[in-house]
Amino acid sequence: MKLSYFPGCTLKNHARNFEDSTLYAMDKLGVEAVELDRWNCCGTVFSLSADDLMRQVAPIRNLLRTRERGDSQLMTGCSMCFNTLKRANNRARANEEDLASMNTFMYDEPVDYAGDVDVLHVLEVVRDQIGFDAIRERVVKPLEGLRVACYYGCMLVRPNEAAIDDAENPRVLEDLITVLGGEPVDFSHKTECCGAHQTVDKPEIIADKTYEILGSAKAQGADTVAVSCPLCAFNLDHRQEATLKIHSDFHTMPVVYFSQLMAIALGGSESVLRLDLHHTPPGPLLTGKGLL
Amino acid sequence: MTVFVSRDKINSGFTSKVQRLADQNLMSCYQCGKCSAGCPMAAYMDIPPNQMIRLAQLGMEDELLDSEAIWLCVSCMTCNTRCPKGVRIAELIESMRQIKLRARQDHLQVEKISEADLRAIPPIALIGSMRKFTS
Ligand code: SF4
Ligand code: SF4
Ligand code: SF4
Ligand code: SF4
Repeated sequence: MKLSYFPGCTLKNHARNFEDSTLYAMDKLGVEAVELDRWNCCGTVFSLSADDLMRQVAPIRNLLRTRERGDSQLMTGCSMCFNTLKRANNRARANEEDLASMNTFMYDEPVDYAGDVDVLHVLEVVRDQIGFDAIRERVVKPLEGLRVACYYGCMLVRPNEAAIDDAENPRVLEDLITVLGGEPVDFSHKTECCGAHQTVDKPEIIADKTYEILGSAKAQGADTVAVSCPLCAFNLDHRQEATLKIHSDFHTMPVVYFSQLMAIALGGSESVLRLDLHHTPPGPLLTGKGLL
Repeated sequence: MTVFVSRDKINSGFTSKVQRLADQNLMSCYQCGKCSAGCPMAAYMDIPPNQMIRLAQLGMEDELLDSEAIWLCVSCMTCNTRCPKGVRIAELIESMRQIKLRARQDHLQVEKISEADLRAIPPIALIGSMRKFTS
Protein backbone atom coordinates (compact mmCIF):
# COMPACT_ATOMS: atom_id res chain seq x y z
CA MET A 1 0.00 0.00 0.00
CA LYS A 2 1.29 3.46 -0.95
CA LEU A 3 0.29 6.56 1.02
CA SER A 4 1.19 10.22 0.54
CA TYR A 5 3.13 11.39 3.55
CA PHE A 6 3.54 14.81 5.20
CA PRO A 7 6.47 14.85 7.66
CA GLY A 8 6.28 18.41 9.02
CA CYS A 9 9.32 20.49 9.93
CA THR A 10 10.09 19.09 13.36
CA LEU A 11 10.34 15.50 12.14
CA LYS A 12 13.08 16.67 9.79
CA ASN A 13 15.33 17.93 12.59
CA HIS A 14 14.69 17.64 16.35
CA ALA A 15 12.39 14.64 15.92
CA ARG A 16 14.32 12.51 13.43
CA ASN A 17 13.87 9.69 15.92
CA PHE A 18 10.11 9.96 15.32
CA GLU A 19 10.41 10.05 11.54
CA ASP A 20 13.04 7.33 11.07
CA SER A 21 11.25 4.89 13.35
CA THR A 22 7.85 5.64 11.78
CA LEU A 23 9.11 5.07 8.24
CA TYR A 24 10.85 1.88 9.31
CA ALA A 25 7.74 0.50 11.02
CA MET A 26 5.46 1.48 8.15
CA ASP A 27 7.77 -0.19 5.65
CA LYS A 28 7.81 -3.38 7.74
CA LEU A 29 4.02 -3.32 7.75
CA GLY A 30 3.80 -2.99 3.99
CA VAL A 31 3.05 0.73 3.80
CA GLU A 32 5.21 2.80 1.51
CA ALA A 33 5.07 6.38 2.77
CA VAL A 34 5.69 8.66 -0.20
CA GLU A 35 6.77 12.09 1.01
CA LEU A 36 5.10 14.97 -0.85
CA ASP A 37 7.82 16.44 -3.02
CA ARG A 38 6.86 20.04 -2.31
CA TRP A 39 5.32 20.56 1.10
CA ASN A 40 5.16 23.60 3.37
CA CYS A 41 4.83 24.09 7.12
CA CYS A 42 1.18 23.75 8.08
CA GLY A 43 1.46 26.58 10.60
CA THR A 44 1.61 24.36 13.71
CA VAL A 45 -1.54 25.65 15.37
CA PHE A 46 -4.99 25.78 13.83
CA SER A 47 -6.21 29.36 13.61
CA LEU A 48 -9.33 29.79 15.74
CA SER A 49 -10.44 33.14 14.33
CA ALA A 50 -13.66 33.06 12.36
CA ASP A 51 -12.59 35.76 9.92
CA ASP A 52 -8.98 34.75 9.25
CA LEU A 53 -9.04 32.44 6.25
CA MET A 54 -5.54 33.39 5.15
CA ARG A 55 -4.12 31.21 7.90
CA GLN A 56 -5.96 28.17 6.55
CA VAL A 57 -4.21 28.42 3.21
CA ALA A 58 -0.89 26.85 4.29
CA PRO A 59 -2.42 23.55 5.43
CA ILE A 60 -4.76 23.43 2.44
CA ARG A 61 -1.86 23.80 0.01
CA ASN A 62 -0.47 20.51 1.30
CA LEU A 63 -3.78 18.86 0.47
CA LEU A 64 -3.53 20.28 -3.06
CA ARG A 65 -0.04 18.76 -3.34
CA THR A 66 -1.60 15.42 -2.40
CA ARG A 67 -4.23 15.80 -5.11
CA GLU A 68 -1.51 16.57 -7.64
CA ARG A 69 -0.09 13.13 -6.97
CA GLY A 70 -3.49 11.68 -7.77
CA ASP A 71 -3.91 10.64 -4.15
CA SER A 72 -6.90 11.20 -1.90
CA GLN A 73 -5.28 10.45 1.48
CA LEU A 74 -2.48 12.24 3.30
CA MET A 75 -0.77 10.61 6.28
CA THR A 76 1.19 12.41 8.98
CA GLY A 77 2.75 11.35 12.28
CA CYS A 78 3.06 14.69 14.10
CA SER A 79 -0.08 15.17 16.20
CA MET A 80 -0.05 18.92 15.78
CA CYS A 81 0.36 18.81 11.99
CA PHE A 82 -2.41 16.24 11.91
CA ASN A 83 -4.74 18.43 13.94
CA THR A 84 -3.99 21.55 11.91
CA LEU A 85 -4.33 19.83 8.53
CA LYS A 86 -7.48 18.02 9.56
CA ARG A 87 -9.23 21.04 11.04
CA ALA A 88 -8.39 23.23 8.04
CA ASN A 89 -9.79 20.48 5.84
CA ASN A 90 -12.93 20.25 7.99
CA ARG A 91 -13.41 23.98 7.68
CA ALA A 92 -12.98 23.91 3.90
CA ARG A 93 -15.46 21.05 3.62
CA ALA A 94 -18.06 22.59 5.90
CA ASN A 95 -18.38 25.93 4.17
CA GLU A 96 -18.45 26.41 0.41
CA GLU A 97 -17.95 30.15 0.65
CA ASP A 98 -14.86 29.73 2.83
CA LEU A 99 -13.45 27.20 0.40
CA ALA A 100 -14.09 29.53 -2.53
CA SER A 101 -12.28 32.37 -0.73
CA MET A 102 -9.32 30.11 0.04
CA ASN A 103 -9.13 29.08 -3.59
CA THR A 104 -9.18 32.75 -4.58
CA PHE A 105 -6.21 33.37 -2.27
CA MET A 106 -4.40 30.49 -4.00
CA TYR A 107 -4.94 31.97 -7.49
CA ASP A 108 -1.47 30.79 -8.54
CA GLU A 109 -2.37 27.13 -8.06
CA PRO A 110 -3.19 25.33 -11.32
CA VAL A 111 -6.24 23.62 -9.80
CA ASP A 112 -8.70 24.51 -7.06
CA TYR A 113 -9.00 22.45 -3.89
CA ALA A 114 -12.30 20.60 -3.81
CA GLY A 115 -12.22 19.22 -0.26
CA ASP A 116 -11.51 15.72 -1.54
CA VAL A 117 -8.42 14.67 0.45
CA ASP A 118 -8.65 12.80 3.77
CA VAL A 119 -6.07 13.58 6.46
CA LEU A 120 -4.91 10.52 8.40
CA HIS A 121 -2.73 10.11 11.45
CA VAL A 122 -0.23 7.23 11.40
CA LEU A 123 -2.12 5.67 14.31
CA GLU A 124 -5.32 5.63 12.24
CA VAL A 125 -3.48 3.88 9.42
CA VAL A 126 -2.12 1.40 11.96
CA ARG A 127 -5.51 0.70 13.52
CA ASP A 128 -7.92 1.00 10.58
CA GLN A 129 -5.94 0.09 7.48
CA ILE A 130 -3.16 -2.26 8.58
CA GLY A 131 -5.05 -3.63 11.58
CA PHE A 132 -3.75 -4.91 14.91
CA ASP A 133 -3.97 -8.58 13.89
CA ALA A 134 -1.59 -8.04 10.97
CA ILE A 135 0.82 -6.23 13.28
CA ARG A 136 0.76 -9.03 15.85
CA GLU A 137 1.94 -11.45 13.16
CA ARG A 138 4.93 -9.29 12.30
CA VAL A 139 6.25 -8.81 15.84
CA VAL A 140 9.67 -10.42 16.15
CA LYS A 141 10.78 -8.89 19.43
CA PRO A 142 7.82 -8.55 21.81
CA LEU A 143 8.12 -5.73 24.33
CA GLU A 144 8.00 -8.23 27.16
CA GLY A 145 7.88 -6.73 30.63
CA LEU A 146 7.93 -3.16 29.35
CA ARG A 147 5.37 -1.07 31.21
CA VAL A 148 4.29 1.80 28.99
CA ALA A 149 2.11 4.77 29.95
CA CYS A 150 0.50 6.06 26.75
CA TYR A 151 0.30 9.83 26.60
CA TYR A 152 -2.09 11.35 24.05
CA GLY A 153 -1.81 15.01 24.96
CA CYS A 154 -4.39 17.18 23.24
CA MET A 155 -4.11 17.16 19.52
CA LEU A 156 -4.95 13.50 18.86
CA VAL A 157 -8.17 13.61 20.83
CA ARG A 158 -9.52 17.16 20.81
CA PRO A 159 -11.69 18.68 19.55
CA ASN A 160 -14.13 15.87 18.77
CA GLU A 161 -14.36 16.68 15.05
CA ALA A 162 -10.60 16.15 14.66
CA ALA A 163 -10.13 13.33 17.17
CA ILE A 164 -8.85 9.86 16.27
CA ASP A 165 -10.35 8.34 19.43
CA ASP A 166 -12.49 9.10 22.48
CA ALA A 167 -11.65 12.48 24.02
CA GLU A 168 -11.65 11.33 27.65
CA ASN A 169 -10.50 7.72 27.45
CA PRO A 170 -8.72 6.94 24.20
CA ARG A 171 -7.45 3.36 23.74
CA VAL A 172 -5.62 3.19 20.41
CA LEU A 173 -2.12 3.51 21.88
CA GLU A 174 -2.82 0.99 24.65
CA ASP A 175 -4.17 -1.46 22.09
CA LEU A 176 -1.04 -0.99 20.02
CA ILE A 177 1.31 -1.55 22.97
CA THR A 178 -0.60 -4.73 23.84
CA VAL A 179 -0.20 -6.09 20.31
CA LEU A 180 3.51 -5.28 20.47
CA GLY A 181 3.76 -7.48 23.56
CA GLY A 182 4.16 -4.67 26.08
CA GLU A 183 2.09 -3.82 29.14
CA PRO A 184 0.05 -0.62 28.87
CA VAL A 185 -0.27 1.22 32.16
CA ASP A 186 -3.37 3.27 32.85
CA PHE A 187 -2.71 6.69 34.38
CA SER A 188 -4.72 9.76 35.20
CA HIS A 189 -2.87 12.27 33.04
CA LYS A 190 -2.98 10.66 29.62
CA THR A 191 -4.94 13.48 27.98
CA GLU A 192 -3.79 16.32 30.23
CA CYS A 193 -2.01 19.06 28.24
CA CYS A 194 1.74 19.42 28.76
CA GLY A 195 1.66 23.20 28.38
CA ALA A 196 2.53 23.24 24.68
CA HIS A 197 4.16 26.42 23.33
CA GLN A 198 4.43 27.98 26.81
CA THR A 199 7.74 26.12 26.78
CA VAL A 200 9.29 29.04 24.90
CA ASP A 201 8.86 31.78 27.48
CA LYS A 202 7.41 30.01 30.53
CA PRO A 203 9.46 26.81 30.91
CA GLU A 204 8.67 26.81 34.64
CA ILE A 205 5.03 25.96 33.83
CA ILE A 206 6.18 23.07 31.66
CA ALA A 207 8.33 21.88 34.57
CA ASP A 208 5.20 21.67 36.76
CA LYS A 209 3.27 19.84 34.06
CA THR A 210 6.10 17.39 33.41
CA TYR A 211 6.32 16.75 37.14
CA GLU A 212 2.58 15.99 37.32
CA ILE A 213 2.30 13.94 34.12
CA LEU A 214 5.41 11.80 34.54
CA GLY A 215 4.76 11.55 38.27
CA SER A 216 1.31 10.14 37.62
CA ALA A 217 2.76 7.59 35.15
CA LYS A 218 5.49 6.62 37.60
CA ALA A 219 2.99 6.19 40.41
CA GLN A 220 1.24 3.55 38.31
CA GLY A 221 4.50 1.71 37.80
CA ALA A 222 5.32 2.80 34.25
CA ASP A 223 8.87 2.35 32.94
CA THR A 224 8.43 4.86 30.15
CA VAL A 225 5.90 7.22 28.58
CA ALA A 226 5.02 6.91 24.88
CA VAL A 227 4.05 10.02 22.90
CA SER A 228 3.06 10.98 19.38
CA CYS A 229 3.84 14.69 19.28
CA PRO A 230 7.31 16.26 19.04
CA LEU A 231 6.21 19.11 21.30
CA CYS A 232 4.94 16.71 23.99
CA ALA A 233 8.27 14.88 23.58
CA PHE A 234 10.31 18.04 24.00
CA ASN A 235 8.33 19.17 27.03
CA LEU A 236 8.20 15.82 28.80
CA ASP A 237 11.77 14.78 27.97
CA HIS A 238 13.99 17.81 27.42
CA ARG A 239 12.32 19.85 30.15
CA GLN A 240 13.15 17.19 32.76
CA GLU A 241 16.27 19.18 33.61
CA ALA A 242 14.18 22.26 34.47
CA THR A 243 11.72 19.99 36.31
CA LEU A 244 14.45 18.62 38.57
CA LYS A 245 15.56 22.15 39.47
CA ILE A 246 12.07 23.10 40.68
CA HIS A 247 10.89 19.75 42.05
CA SER A 248 13.69 18.03 43.94
CA ASP A 249 11.67 14.82 44.45
CA PHE A 250 11.14 14.39 40.70
CA HIS A 251 12.33 11.09 39.20
CA THR A 252 13.58 11.33 35.63
CA MET A 253 12.06 8.88 33.19
CA PRO A 254 12.68 8.06 29.52
CA VAL A 255 10.09 9.31 27.04
CA VAL A 256 9.78 7.57 23.67
CA TYR A 257 7.69 7.83 20.52
CA PHE A 258 5.14 5.05 20.01
CA SER A 259 6.82 4.52 16.62
CA GLN A 260 10.14 3.69 18.28
CA LEU A 261 8.42 0.94 20.25
CA MET A 262 6.89 -0.32 17.00
CA ALA A 263 10.31 -0.28 15.32
CA ILE A 264 11.87 -2.28 18.18
CA ALA A 265 9.11 -4.89 18.18
CA LEU A 266 9.24 -5.22 14.41
CA GLY A 267 12.96 -5.95 14.49
CA GLY A 268 14.51 -2.52 13.85
CA SER A 269 18.16 -1.92 14.67
CA GLU A 270 19.29 0.82 17.03
CA SER A 271 20.10 3.13 14.10
CA VAL A 272 16.41 3.74 13.29
CA LEU A 273 15.70 4.71 16.91
CA ARG A 274 18.08 7.70 17.00
CA LEU A 275 18.35 7.48 20.78
CA ASP A 276 20.99 10.22 20.64
CA LEU A 277 18.17 12.76 20.28
CA HIS A 278 16.68 12.01 23.71
CA HIS A 279 17.45 13.96 26.84
CA THR A 280 16.84 11.21 29.42
CA PRO A 281 18.38 8.20 27.67
CA PRO A 282 16.01 5.26 27.05
CA GLY A 283 19.04 3.03 26.37
CA PRO A 284 19.56 1.60 29.88
CA LEU A 285 15.84 0.74 30.27
CA LEU A 286 15.62 -0.92 26.87
CA THR A 287 18.86 -2.83 27.37
CA GLY A 288 17.68 -3.94 30.82
CA LYS A 289 14.54 -5.39 29.27
CA GLY A 290 16.56 -7.15 26.58
CA LEU A 291 15.12 -4.95 23.84
CA LEU A 292 18.31 -3.43 22.44
CA MET B 1 -11.46 41.02 41.99
CA THR B 2 -14.01 43.85 42.21
CA VAL B 3 -15.47 45.07 38.95
CA PHE B 4 -18.08 47.71 38.32
CA VAL B 5 -20.76 46.82 35.85
CA SER B 6 -21.98 49.70 33.74
CA ARG B 7 -24.31 50.19 30.81
CA ASP B 8 -21.54 51.95 28.94
CA LYS B 9 -19.26 48.96 29.14
CA ILE B 10 -21.99 46.49 28.27
CA ASN B 11 -22.85 48.54 25.18
CA SER B 12 -19.27 49.33 24.23
CA GLY B 13 -19.18 46.87 21.35
CA PHE B 14 -16.45 44.71 22.92
CA THR B 15 -18.84 41.82 23.54
CA SER B 16 -20.04 41.74 19.96
CA LYS B 17 -16.49 42.08 18.62
CA VAL B 18 -15.36 39.04 20.62
CA GLN B 19 -18.41 37.06 19.51
CA ARG B 20 -17.85 37.97 15.87
CA LEU B 21 -14.16 37.02 15.87
CA ALA B 22 -14.93 33.71 17.57
CA ASP B 23 -18.23 33.02 15.80
CA GLN B 24 -19.69 32.22 19.24
CA ASN B 25 -22.61 33.35 21.35
CA LEU B 26 -21.23 34.48 24.72
CA MET B 27 -24.70 34.51 26.24
CA SER B 28 -24.95 30.72 26.01
CA CYS B 29 -22.67 30.41 29.03
CA TYR B 30 -24.54 29.77 32.30
CA GLN B 31 -21.46 29.86 34.53
CA CYS B 32 -21.29 26.22 35.58
CA GLY B 33 -17.50 26.47 35.90
CA LYS B 34 -16.69 23.19 34.17
CA CYS B 35 -14.27 24.91 31.79
CA SER B 36 -12.19 26.23 34.67
CA ALA B 37 -12.34 22.94 36.58
CA GLY B 38 -10.54 21.06 33.82
CA CYS B 39 -8.28 23.80 32.50
CA PRO B 40 -4.59 22.81 32.79
CA MET B 41 -3.57 26.48 32.94
CA ALA B 42 -6.22 27.75 35.39
CA ALA B 43 -3.83 27.54 38.34
CA TYR B 44 -1.54 30.08 36.66
CA MET B 45 -4.25 32.43 35.43
CA ASP B 46 -5.24 35.70 37.09
CA ILE B 47 -8.78 35.19 35.72
CA PRO B 48 -10.03 31.60 35.25
CA PRO B 49 -11.82 30.72 31.98
CA ASN B 50 -15.42 30.88 33.25
CA GLN B 51 -14.75 34.33 34.69
CA MET B 52 -13.19 35.45 31.42
CA ILE B 53 -16.44 34.50 29.72
CA ARG B 54 -18.51 36.35 32.33
CA LEU B 55 -16.39 39.48 32.01
CA ALA B 56 -16.67 39.32 28.24
CA GLN B 57 -20.48 39.11 28.52
CA LEU B 58 -20.34 42.35 30.49
CA GLY B 59 -18.01 44.17 28.09
CA MET B 60 -15.06 44.32 30.49
CA GLU B 61 -12.50 45.06 27.82
CA ASP B 62 -9.65 46.47 29.93
CA GLU B 63 -9.85 43.75 32.59
CA LEU B 64 -9.56 41.07 29.90
CA LEU B 65 -7.10 42.62 27.49
CA ASP B 66 -4.71 43.56 30.31
CA SER B 67 -4.92 40.12 31.93
CA GLU B 68 -2.21 37.45 31.91
CA ALA B 69 -4.87 34.78 31.49
CA ILE B 70 -5.55 35.37 27.80
CA TRP B 71 -1.87 34.58 27.10
CA LEU B 72 -1.77 31.52 29.35
CA CYS B 73 -4.50 29.63 27.52
CA VAL B 74 -2.79 27.10 25.21
CA SER B 75 -5.85 26.16 23.12
CA CYS B 76 -5.72 22.62 24.47
CA MET B 77 -9.49 22.33 23.81
CA THR B 78 -10.27 20.61 27.12
CA CYS B 79 -12.85 23.26 27.99
CA ASN B 80 -14.47 23.13 24.54
CA THR B 81 -14.97 19.39 24.64
CA ARG B 82 -16.50 19.52 28.14
CA CYS B 83 -18.72 22.62 28.10
CA PRO B 84 -22.32 21.41 28.55
CA LYS B 85 -23.55 24.39 26.54
CA GLY B 86 -21.23 23.86 23.61
CA VAL B 87 -19.48 27.19 24.12
CA ARG B 88 -16.13 27.30 22.35
CA ILE B 89 -14.15 28.97 25.10
CA ALA B 90 -10.80 28.52 23.35
CA GLU B 91 -12.09 30.44 20.33
CA LEU B 92 -13.37 33.24 22.56
CA ILE B 93 -10.01 33.57 24.31
CA GLU B 94 -8.20 33.49 20.96
CA SER B 95 -10.37 36.35 19.79
CA MET B 96 -9.24 38.43 22.79
CA ARG B 97 -5.60 37.71 21.93
CA GLN B 98 -6.37 38.66 18.35
CA ILE B 99 -7.78 42.04 19.39
CA LYS B 100 -4.41 42.80 21.00
CA LEU B 101 -2.31 41.31 18.21
CA ARG B 102 -4.21 43.08 15.47
CA ALA B 103 -3.34 46.33 17.23
CA ARG B 104 0.31 45.20 16.97
CA GLN B 105 0.64 44.58 20.69
CA ASP B 106 2.76 41.46 20.67
CA HIS B 107 3.08 39.29 23.75
CA LEU B 108 6.34 37.54 22.80
CA GLN B 109 9.53 39.45 22.07
CA VAL B 110 11.13 37.11 19.57
CA GLU B 111 14.39 39.07 19.54
CA LYS B 112 14.78 38.35 23.26
CA ILE B 113 14.88 34.57 22.80
CA SER B 114 18.49 33.49 23.34
CA GLU B 115 20.58 31.90 20.62
CA ALA B 116 20.88 28.76 22.74
CA ASP B 117 17.10 28.49 23.14
CA LEU B 118 16.54 29.05 19.43
CA ARG B 119 18.78 26.09 18.78
CA ALA B 120 17.40 23.82 21.51
CA ILE B 121 13.66 24.48 21.15
CA PRO B 122 12.08 22.65 18.19
CA PRO B 123 10.29 24.58 15.41
CA ILE B 124 6.95 23.13 16.49
CA ALA B 125 7.22 25.17 19.73
CA LEU B 126 8.77 28.30 18.26
CA ILE B 127 6.28 28.57 15.41
CA GLY B 128 3.36 27.78 17.71
CA SER B 129 4.46 30.46 20.12
CA MET B 130 4.90 33.03 17.36
CA ARG B 131 1.51 32.18 15.89
CA LYS B 132 -0.19 32.63 19.24
CA PHE B 133 1.80 35.55 20.62
CA THR B 134 2.87 37.78 17.73
CA SER B 135 1.05 39.69 15.03
S1 SF4 C 1 3.16 21.84 12.76
FE1 SF4 C 1 5.18 21.89 13.45
S2 SF4 C 1 6.13 20.12 12.75
FE2 SF4 C 1 4.22 20.36 11.71
S3 SF4 C 1 4.88 21.40 9.84
FE3 SF4 C 1 4.29 22.92 11.23
S4 SF4 C 1 6.06 23.51 12.35
FE4 SF4 C 1 6.47 21.69 11.29
S1 SF4 D 1 0.09 17.95 25.13
FE1 SF4 D 1 0.92 19.81 24.65
S2 SF4 D 1 2.35 19.54 23.00
FE2 SF4 D 1 1.17 17.74 23.21
S3 SF4 D 1 -0.52 17.90 21.83
FE3 SF4 D 1 -1.18 18.90 23.70
S4 SF4 D 1 -0.60 20.95 23.53
FE4 SF4 D 1 0.47 19.80 22.03
S1 SF4 E 1 -18.24 25.19 30.81
FE1 SF4 E 1 -19.43 26.39 29.34
S2 SF4 E 1 -21.30 26.97 30.39
FE2 SF4 E 1 -19.85 26.25 31.95
S3 SF4 E 1 -18.88 28.13 32.64
FE3 SF4 E 1 -17.60 27.31 31.04
S4 SF4 E 1 -18.32 28.31 29.17
FE4 SF4 E 1 -19.88 28.62 30.72
S1 SF4 F 1 -8.25 25.85 25.80
FE1 SF4 F 1 -7.38 27.38 27.15
S2 SF4 F 1 -9.00 27.86 28.60
FE2 SF4 F 1 -9.57 25.97 27.61
S3 SF4 F 1 -8.85 24.38 28.97
FE3 SF4 F 1 -7.23 24.74 27.46
S4 SF4 F 1 -5.89 26.25 28.35
FE4 SF4 F 1 -7.78 26.27 29.53
